[in-house]
Amino acid sequence: MNVQAWTFLLVAASFALYIGIAVWSRASSTKDFYVAGGGVSPLANGMATAADWMSAASFISMAGLISFMGYDGSVYLMGWTGGYVLLALLLAPYLRKYGAFTVPDFVGDRYYSQLARIVAVVCAIFVSFTYVAGQMRGVGIVFGRFLEVDINVGVGIGMAIVFFYAVLGGMKGITYTQVAQYCVLIFAFMVPAIFLSLMITGTPIPQFGLGGVEQASGIPLLERLNGLHAELGFGPYTSGTKSTLDVFFITAALMVGTAGLPHVIIRFYTVPRVRDARISVGWALLFISLLYTTAPAVAVFARTNLINSVQDVPYSQVPEWFTKWEDTGLLTFEDANGDGRIQYVGPDSPMTNELTVDRDIMVLANPEIANLPAWVIGLVAAGGLAAALSTAAGLLLVISSAVSHDLLKRSLMPEINEKQELLAARIAAGVAVIVAGYFGMNPPGFVAQVVAFAFGLAASSFFPAIILGIFSKRTTREGAVLGMVSGITFTAAYIVYFNFVNPAANSAANWWFGISPEGIGTLGMLLNFAVTLVVSRLTPEPPAEVQGLVDLIRVPRGAGEAHELSM
Amino acid sequence: MTEPTNQGVPDGSLSMPHPDTAARHAEYWRRNIRLLGILLVVWFVVSYLCGIVFAEALNAFTLPFTNFPLGFWFAQQGAIYAFVILIFVYVKLMNDLDREFDVDEGASS
Repeated sequence: MNVQAWTFLLVAASFALYIGIAVWSRASSTKDFYVAGGGVSPLANGMATAADWMSAASFISMAGLISFMGYDGSVYLMGWTGGYVLLALLLAPYLRKYGAFTVPDFVGDRYYSQLARIVAVVCAIFVSFTYVAGQMRGVGIVFGRFLEVDINVGVGIGMAIVFFYAVLGGMKGITYTQVAQYCVLIFAFMVPAIFLSLMITGTPIPQFGLGGVEQASGIPLLERLNGLHAELGFGPYTSGTKSTLDVFFITAALMVGTAGLPHVIIRFYTVPRVRDARISVGWALLFISLLYTTAPAVAVFARTNLINSVQDVPYSQVPEWFTKWEDTGLLTFEDANGDGRIQYVGPDSPMTNELTVDRDIMVLANPEIANLPAWVIGLVAAGGLAAALSTAAGLLLVISSAVSHDLLKRSLMPEINEKQELLAARIAAGVAVIVAGYFGMNPPGFVAQVVAFAFGLAASSFFPAIILGIFSKRTTREGAVLGMVSGITFTAAYIVYFNFVNPAANSAANWWFGISPEGIGTLGMLLNFAVTLVVSRLTPEPPAEVQGLVDLIRVPRGAGEAHELSM
Repeated sequence: MTEPTNQGVPDGSLSMPHPDTAARHAEYWRRNIRLLGILLVVWFVVSYLCGIVFAEALNAFTLPFTNFPLGFWFAQQGAIYAFVILIFVYVKLMNDLDREFDVDEGASS
């Protein structure tokens, strides 16, 4: 069987599996729809969280980004894992004890204010849409390249699948589909990584291969790659070019943003007890770290392979994958010096670079560059789709519950009954799928970059409000609302200014303190903390019942009963 | 508060706890904060210090038995392993603390 037949078979089989699970786990109540009935086991929740979390950006773009960024790519590795420590220690157990359905639910109750609830709803929708656009774009890329359909048709197929299981099953359908999707995506990521590690370093464990010796040359792999880089005029792979301060700020924005992303937080509402919430963050990070410690190895293997297989090769003799990716426009060759050979060189080289490779294709092209069997290539396509669809579904649920639960039930139309609320949730999920699809067809930028901004927005809005809500009883509604508004406004304004209003000025010389738009969320978060703390001291302290509520969520006992009592 | 929370809090639990219970809970919270503080210091050291601030300096060394420059290893491998370990340590110590202060959820709830 050829690559396309394998791809078609594996993608179709995985889709059939997801639909089967969706039919089996239909939601029959709002509790099913919002928190999967609250009875998910910590291990299953850990897997579902890992799939929810690892998006098209993690699966498709991240190793590619690291491949081109070298050490600077560490911001994604540490940033997208370190947040789980904050989540486990500072958020998940307490939010689980509180036992709400959504993040705005907690914010609205803790800050005894409909305004705080509405601000949280707006932040949740804004963050989630920013993020979901990247997922749909990822779906389009995979379909476009592997099944050779138009990117828009690919996005359409992805929308239909997500529509089916998110609208039908809500959180319950999403949770069990995500468990399956985790298995598909981790298998799809590990198989080519193991093949590559064996080929290049002779050890089957990519994490060890990365620190091993390149078999062909007998030189340590990282040293060899640094050597190739020096030869071709790129900076050393294991050292960065970004300023230390910027790396620090970007990492912090991604970490804190991770802990503040509503679609991640709500996953910990689905387990029965506080201690389950704690351990399931541990499982989630363990499952995530499997991919995240493999990705830097894949990045180095891919980088070495790419340089070895295209540098100074005559254009007439390029391998088949090269021309195929050229057709998608994601790989371009321009023979600047007219010698018919590909010169792939860096900024420090006297020659002109002639090859432009889009970061998004590295993981997808990797198995082909390495000449791996056809079924592996098909598997990677299915894995990329699993990653994109699982995250998209989690985000769509946040958007739909923000509308049906926080906006309608808790704010505008408290008189609706459960059946009507469930219908509203389904309609909202459906509308959200269509809007997300529109963004996928008209993408605002490449996947990882768009997603990176969502973190800055989450870091500067939710994180301080939730942390202070738990750890500082003195925090008032005025403080929290002004903090969230100032944090997200500042961060969004900085990002929009440098990326859309005045992109020409988007360079280190013009950034505040040299902090890039990707890292500005950290400053936004500090601003949010400062505003919240100061305003809270200047306004009347929260009512006694709210302070009692804070006392209550600080102690685990009683969470199980709370879930029994609900609904 | 504009309306009572319907999912989170059982009825009547917002009334003032017994003074002894309150003191015990305050001590529990103090111990919890201390544990969080220690773990977050480790979290900060492995990522922000070893992986970022001192990464370039640590790159002068290699991780024993491998060919990893040390700062690069912390940033792309070591910090992540440390995060996983930190969470499992937290879970263990926190569950113990819950039992010590008799605020755990029991096995059957």
